[in-house]
Parts: sequence; C-alpha cells; structure tokens
Amino acid sequence: MQRYFISRLGQSALLLIGVIILVFFMVRVTGDPARLMMPREASAEDLEAFREVMGFNRPLYVQFLDFFSGAIVGDFGDSLHFKTPALQLVLERLPATVHLAGIALIFALIIAIPIGLIGGFNPGSVVDTLGRGLALAGQSIPNFWLALIFILFFAVRLRWFPSFGRDEWHSVVLPATVLGLPVMGQIVRLTRSAVLEIRGEDFIRTAYSKGLEPRTIYIKHVFRNVAIPLISVIGVQFGYMLGGSIYIETIFSWPGMGQLIEQSIGWRDFPLIQAIAVFTSVVVLGLNLITDLTYAFIDPRIRYGSS
Amino acid sequence: MNTILQVNDLVTKFYTVDGVINAVNGVTFELREGETLAIVGESGSGKSVTMMSILGLIPTPPGKVENGEAIFTSFGSSHDLLQLTPAELRNVRGGQIGFVFQDPISTLNPIMTIGEQISETLTRHLRISGEEARERTVKLLAQVGIPDPELRYKNYPFQFSGGMRQRVVIAIAIACTPQIIIADEPTTALDVTVQAQIVELFRNLRESLNVAIIWITHDLGVVAGLADRVLVMYGGRIAETASVDDLYERPQHPYTMGLLGALPRMDESDSKRLVSIKGTPPDLLIPLRHCPFAWRCDYAFDRCWEEVPPQIEISSHHKVSCFYDLEKGEPRDG
Ligand SMILES: Nc1ncnc2c1ncn2[C@@H]1O[C@H](COP(=O)(O)OP(=O)(O)OP(=O)(O)O)[C@@H](O)[C@H]1O
Ligand SMILES: [Mg+2]
Repeated sequence: MQRYFISRLGQSALLLIGVIILVFFMVRVTGDPARLMMPREASAEDLEAFREVMGFNRPLYVQFLDFFSGAIVGDFGDSLHFKTPALQLVLERLPATVHLAGIALIFALIIAIPIGLIGGFNPGSVVDTLGRGLALAGQSIPNFWLALIFILFFAVRLRWFPSFGRDEWHSVVLPATVLGLPVMGQIVRLTRSAVLEIRGEDFIRTAYSKGLEPRTIYIKHVFRNVAIPLISVIGVQFGYMLGGSIYIETIFSWPGMGQLIEQSIGWRDFPLIQAIAVFTSVVVLGLNLITDLTYAFIDPRIRYGSS
Repeated sequence: MNTILQVNDLVTKFYTVDGVINAVNGVTFELREGETLAIVGESGSGKSVTMMSILGLIPTPPGKVENGEAIFTSFGSSHDLLQLTPAELRNVRGGQIGFVFQDPISTLNPIMTIGEQISETLTRHLRISGEEARERTVKLLAQVGIPDPELRYKNYPFQFSGGMRQRVVIAIAIACTPQIIIADEPTTALDVTVQAQIVELFRNLRESLNVAIIWITHDLGVVAGLADRVLVMYGGRIAETASVDDLYERPQHPYTMGLLGALPRMDESDSKRLVSIKGTPPDLLIPLRHCPFAWRCDYAFDRCWEEVPPQIEISSHHKVSCFYDLEKGEPRDG
C-alpha cells in the first residue's frame, strides 16, 4: 500500500514537472514571447522595455530556472492585466468553480447511479429504457446549446432561476445541470454495463449457490465490484469539470476559473494563463491521487500490488 | 441405501434469439445416501444444466425448467425442489447441498477475503455469530488442507494458487455439512498433480462427512478411481447408467463404448490407438424425435430413427437407452 502510494506520488511529481516545462515553452514556441503578450501596435521601444521588465532578454536556461523555481513555490509573477500576483487571482476563483463542479457531480451521481443500477438489474424495463434515452441525450446534446435553451426557458420565460452570476442560492442550478448532464449520461451507461457484466460473473453464481439472499448478493458482491470502474471515471470527470467548464462559466457569467481562463486569453495575460495551467494540473493530479487511493482501498489486488 | 435425490423426467430449455435450445430432454436418475455418482458426457450434453436446474440456478430468462421433479429427502422429509419457493430453495442451497464449480479463478469474489466468503455461508445458514463463524471458518480451512488457516483467513483469492482456491471453494461447499455436494468438473482447470490432490481431498471428505457426491467430469480415469456409479449423458438425455464396474466391463450403449474406446489404456499395447467418436454432437435446436445418437451410431436401424429410446433395465442397477442389444448383436425385443 505504502509502496503503491509513494510510486503514485512520484509519478504525479514527474507529470507536474512535465507540465511546468510545457507551460514554459508554450509562450516561447513563436520565438518571441514579448510580441505574443504585447498589443500588435506596440512600438519597438515598448517591446524592448517589456522584454527588459519580464527578463525575456536573459539566456533561455536562466529564464527557465527562474520560472521553474517560481512555479514550484507558486510564484508565477504578476498578472499583466490586474498587476497583482497571478496565483492569488486563480485562488480567488477556486471556490466558485469547486461549488459549480461539486453540485454538478452530485446531481449527476444522484440521478445516474440509481438509474444505472436499476437498468443493469432489469435490462429492458421502463426505467432502463428511459434512463438509456436520457443518457444518450445527455452525452450527445451540445453543452453550449443546452445552456442557451435552459436560459431561454427556465430563466427568461419561467423566471425560475437567474440566468447569470452567483449571487443567489439557486444561481447554481442551471449551470450545474448543464455541466452535469453529459457526466450523468456516461455514468448511467457505465453503471449499467458494469452491473450487467458483474451479474454474469462466476462468483455471483457461487454467491447464489451459497443460498445468500439476493439483497446480500447485490450489496456485498455486485455493488462493491461495480464501484471499481465507477471510481476511476468519477475522478477523471470531476477533474475535467474543475479544469474546464470554460463555456459554461462564460455563458452563465459564473465567476470561476473557467471564466478567468476565457478572460485572461482575451487579455493575453500570459502569467495568469500560466498560473491557471499549472494550478489546474496540480488539482487534477491531486484528484487522480485521491482516486487511486480510493481504488486501492476497494480493490485489494491493487493494494497488495498483484500483477 | 436410501435414495436422497430422485430426479424424474427433467426438461430444461433455453429460449434464445437463434431458437429454442433443448438442453435437457427428460432426465431421470437417483442419488443414494453417501454414494458418489459420476456424470460423464461430451461438452454440451447437458450435465451442468441438469444440476443447475435442480437448484434453481438456471439464468431465467433465457432458461426455463419446463417439466420434471427433483425429490430431495433429508432428515426424513421429502420435498420436490422444483416446487419450493425461492426462499425455501435458498435454505437448501449452500445449507444441504453444496457446490464446487469448474474454474476456481473466477468462482471467488476477487475483492473479498476468502475467510469472509466462507463465513458468510455459515452465518446465512446456521444463524451463528460472526465470531463463531470465524472460528469455524478457520477449522474448515484446516480441514481442506490450507496451511496457516488463521493467517490465510484474511487473504484474498489472488493470493492463492488455483489448487488452493479450489480448496477454498470446497470449504464453502462443505461449510454447513451438506448431504450432497455437486462438483461440476472440479479438477478440469487444474494441473495434473493438483488434480490428484483435489480428488484425494474429496475421497477423505466423503469418508469423514458421509456426504453424497455428484461429480461431473470428462475424465473417465478419475471416474474409475472415485465413483460408485456412473451416468452417461448424451444430447440432454441419459444414455446409460450403471455401477462403475458394470459400465467398464459390459457397456451397453454404443456411445459409452465409444467413450471407453476413447480412453487410453495403460495395460494394452500401442496398437490399440486412442479412438475418438466420429461425428459431431447433436443440434439441440432440433426437438428430439428419435435417438439423439442415431446420426453417429454404427448400429442404428429403422426404429432408432422413429422413436426416442426409453431407459431399459438390464439388471437392477444397470439401465440403457438403446434399442440395440450389443451383447447379442441384434435389436432388442419389444
Ligand atoms: N445460459 C444459457 N443460454 C443459452 N444456452 C445455454 C445456457 N447455458 C447452457 N446452454 C446450452 O445448454 C446446453 C447444455 O449445456 P451444459 O452446460 O449443460 O453442457 P455440459 O454438458 O455441462 O458441457 P461442458 O462439459 O462443456 O460443461 C448447451 O448446448 C448450451 O449451449
Ligand atoms: Mg458443464
């Protein structure tokens, strides 16, 4: 268990270093970061002055070591737009994003897991048929389109929910629903197919041959095995929602990291973009680590490191 | 000896998209107290489905037990297992009838300790405390020959070899001291040396528990060493049933002859080659209207294509479903 954890931690650290290197070179692929960051009409003197301030005229390896040592301690320099430390700005946006992603995930799981379980145990039943239709719709309807329809219908026409912002308690409902729907679709399908697969396993037949009650078999033998594939997908999906609800935060003016990404790109605020990129990676890597640990907690084969 | 299980005219079908599979077509046999009954027959002959039908383990749908009875007699009272409610049947399964399946790799839950998997049977049937179940489980592990049972209790299936896993499955089967153990090809998936150990374990358990064993197998060598009687299945029917000695010395069904011919003999010269039976197994999608073996039989004559042969009694413990008398070399009378 400890070895497993340490090796996962090591892998995450390596990945993070990789991300930092990528982020560093990302702004330098065109050769001149100053041109990338400054407005197009900037004069040659302005550009030179900017290079001087940002240290872009130093040798590349010096710049890299500088960036890298800063990134490790969370220092990405000041935002060009706000003139305050970039990471600080990102952290201010974190609660709103976690709020949105958390509600979206809870919404998705509360609906998807029961539907998936019922569908897996009674394939072809009414719940199953409706659930699969919903899953297909959730996965195939484009997010941004659905967001607009929801705003039009639930916010403008019915006036049930606000159409933007995060000022009221129920502001989160519309964006969370739109964000959660595709995840819900995926989890319905995954739960359903996992239940179907596990139900057909030989060890379930063994459980029946022991005379166990169906309820006991579902809880002790089926659910715990179904949880294994679910956990990894939930982890990945949550990471994805935390890092990337750019459309949805923008459409609903949700003051989270996604909106900040959209804005900072518009402002060509590269220190801020870099801070967001590295920070998001840290969040996703952390989440993967938690996922792996949960996984190991449920599955002894991983805990004890069998092949 | 008293009959403990009497199966009469069992019929099981599977309703699949390709059509109706006539898996079991009127199977009748009995099992006596403490005896070991071997069931042999080629793949698809209905051995497993017969046993699963009796205990309500057929996946429904697509499967359906359409006819028959299975009278189980224990502690002086008899019940038709096919008429029991699901709850009553659950009390029999694992309690009075234990199962051992073919592949010990997949028959245990991979994420549950083997100790838990054994003790959950005990708590289910014997209504004992978790602590007591644990103690009994440790004893059971020792009984089936697992070293360090205290430590092994906490292990997971992947920490065991195939043979050791099969011992765990056997421990589950005998946990509640059943009257019958149904072992469905319990050694097929194991190495040859391990096979011998498992057979030996069954032999010992049979002595100490006085349990009746139904042993499904392809291995006629094991049959000779372990079984009292043999049931030969073909195409979802019983082709022949006899004591082991009778079957080997005076096989009455051409299919049994074929099977015995297919058995390599140690005591005979190389000139007698391993014979495999010509032809392919019957198509179970076609309802039975004549002897299912007629296609492949060297002795088949008109009648074999017109009627399904009933079980004919040769002697008190020897029955055959065949119209042709192999010993006389002519069709039977009547
Ligand atoms: N779940 C199922 N659905 C459809 N057909 C089935 C199912 N289970 C068994 N059958 C069919 O029933 C027939 C008898 O199968 P059974 O498993 O009893 O054979 P067997 O004698 O045990 O063979 P083997 O030696 O390979 O185990 C086969 O033709 C098989 O295809
Ligand atoms: Mg079988």
